[in-house]
Amino acid sequence: MEVNAEARRILAVSISKLYASRTQRGGLRLHRSLLLSLVMRSARDIYHSSRESEGPTPEEPMETSSGAEDEQQQAGLPEPQPALVSSEKLPEEPDSAEEECETTEDKENLSPTRQSRKRRGKASAAPDFLPSKRARLEPGEERYAAPLSSCRAGAGDSLTALSLNRGDWIPLRAEELTYIGQSQDKGITGAMVRAVRST
Amino acid sequence: MAGPGGDMQWCFSQVKGAIDDDVAEADIISTVEFNHTGELLATGDKGGRVVIFQQEIENKSQPQFRSEYNVYSTFQSHEPEFDYLKSLEIEEKINKIRWLPQKNAAQFLLSTNDKTIKLWKISERDKRPEGYNLKEEDGRYKDPNTITSLRVPVLIPMDLMVEASPRRVFANAHTYHINSISVNSDNETYLSADDLRINLWHLEITDRSFNIVDIKPANMEELTEVITAAEFHPHQCNTFVYSSSKGTIRLCDMRASALCDKHSKLFEEPEDPSNRSFFSEIISSISDVKFSHNGRYMMTRDYLSVKIWDLNMENRPVETYQVHEYLRSKLCSLYENDCIFDKFECCWNGNDSVVMTGSYNNFFRMFDRGQRRDVTLEASRENSKPLQVLKPRKVCAGGKRKKDEISVDSLDFNKKILHTAWHPQDNIIAVATTNNLYIFQDKVN
Repeated sequence: MEVNAEARRILAVSISKLYASRTQRGGLRLHRSLLLSLVMRSARDIYHSSRESEGPTPEEPMETSSGAEDEQQQAGLPEPQPALVSSEKLPEEPDSAEEECETTEDKENLSPTRQSRKRRGKASAAPDFLPSKRARLEPGEERYAAPLSSCRAGAGDSLTALSLNRGDWIPLRAEELTYIGQSQDKGITGAMVRAVRST
Repeated sequence: MAGPGGDMQWCFSQVKGAIDDDVAEADIISTVEFNHTGELLATGDKGGRVVIFQQEIENKSQPQFRSEYNVYSTFQSHEPEFDYLKSLEIEEKINKIRWLPQKNAAQFLLSTNDKTIKLWKISERDKRPEGYNLKEEDGRYKDPNTITSLRVPVLIPMDLMVEASPRRVFANAHTYHINSISVNSDNETYLSADDLRINLWHLEITDRSFNIVDIKPANMEELTEVITAAEFHPHQCNTFVYSSSKGTIRLCDMRASALCDKHSKLFEEPEDPSNRSFFSEIISSISDVKFSHNGRYMMTRDYLSVKIWDLNMENRPVETYQVHEYLRSKLCSLYENDCIFDKFECCWNGNDSVVMTGSYNNFFRMFDRGQRRDVTLEASRENSKPLQVLKPRKVCAGGKRKKDEISVDSLDFNKKILHTAWHPQDNIIAVATTNNLYIFQDKVN
């Protein structure tokens, strides 16, 4: 379905832009991030609605009502300070996605025993289709709690673990992708991983 | 061929900047502004430098050459900084320059990067003192025992020297990136706006400012819009407007309350549902807002159009001009190559009859409000012979391309004109391509 494919492509492009904007000089731009998240929300809504309506013809790309529904769960944007490297906040389906998130969520560089110091809002968890930020552990390696300062963007070395150029990005896990279509869609998996890795 | 403004024909006058195609990032022009008389033209660039050009006194013997602009002063306004607390680099790029009205021999301007505003004094020195009692001419101190008489030092002429000195630094008042500054008509205060807040400053006081607009939600996850531009009314010192990423403009009256979160007027045009797309929100985001000189209208620029609003009518603009409607079907590609995020500025001519804005392929557009005419011109080295008349350009949206037309697919989206300025009194315009500044003037008959 054309609309479906376009929505997926736009989502993939948007995610790579979001990641690229982290390493931009001058820090995360709030305006740009907001616009990116609005596009992603539109694309996500289209993808959902076009998959639900398995009808013969695709509907008009934008349903203006979807904007109103999400009124309470608008795009939450990270401030250009501590939240830079933690999850991009995106508007989400209320409950199901959240439950997925809770299990896969990873506040970067935290040891399992340590509580996150970030405030957790309803939509503050990482959306599922974004790859986990944990660097892959070699067998036998232990995860340690890095100092908070290394969470910031812009400090070159501490971000190499997050660099998109590192070959050892973990692939997206299938359950992380339920966010997109509420189903196991290998097509999205492939597209997303390619988009993220190629940046 | 007649153009906007009656029989006005635009001619090439000058071009400033490097010729080679390889553009150094620091040389990218980021703002252009004439001063209130038009005698001075300031540009800011990504490298944090300000270059001021001065119009030479008219050459009486050759009246067809309207006076040229030559470099008057160059200085480093902002340096890159590092915010250690947030581990963020602060770019030195000059986002905006605004001139203060001249009060004495010196000129003053405000320049800002993402976080800090500076007040610069530009003054001329054309005399120097000579005949000190205690010093030699080269500055070395004399042996006091050799001094037998006293004299009064005299001022003697010297080669003109233009000095720029920072007189005030207004720092640490913005958490987000500053997008606008605007000097009030009272000549004592000015505003600075970032994504979520607007602050009011007094030009003499640097250690504090008043926050007059704050749209930051209690929960950042509920953020739906940001401030994109703000400007004071040209005559009413209590009135200012700010535009948003949602395509709305709010007019605020500072007499109403200390915090102007509640607007006095809200200017918004209902969206045309037939134009809805993935990118509707992005293209409705306003990138620039400018009051007319007479203070009765304001102009806004969004991605595809320029709108003129009557301050007395909030529900729709009085005029809408399409800048490059042929791009509406290309929004997806423009999103992928990031061009959809470009922030175009716009400007009025001196008597508010014509408005101008930039586009791609180094094209810029003028809309004559009275005559209902518009023209597309190009700033390029090929059309840079002295006094060469600019030929109107045309973009072919689809179908059969006529001779001399350019098809949409051949447009160079890396060549964009984001910043333009119009002389406050004359028909002289400054148009900034990526790293060159073009000056055009209308043909003096």
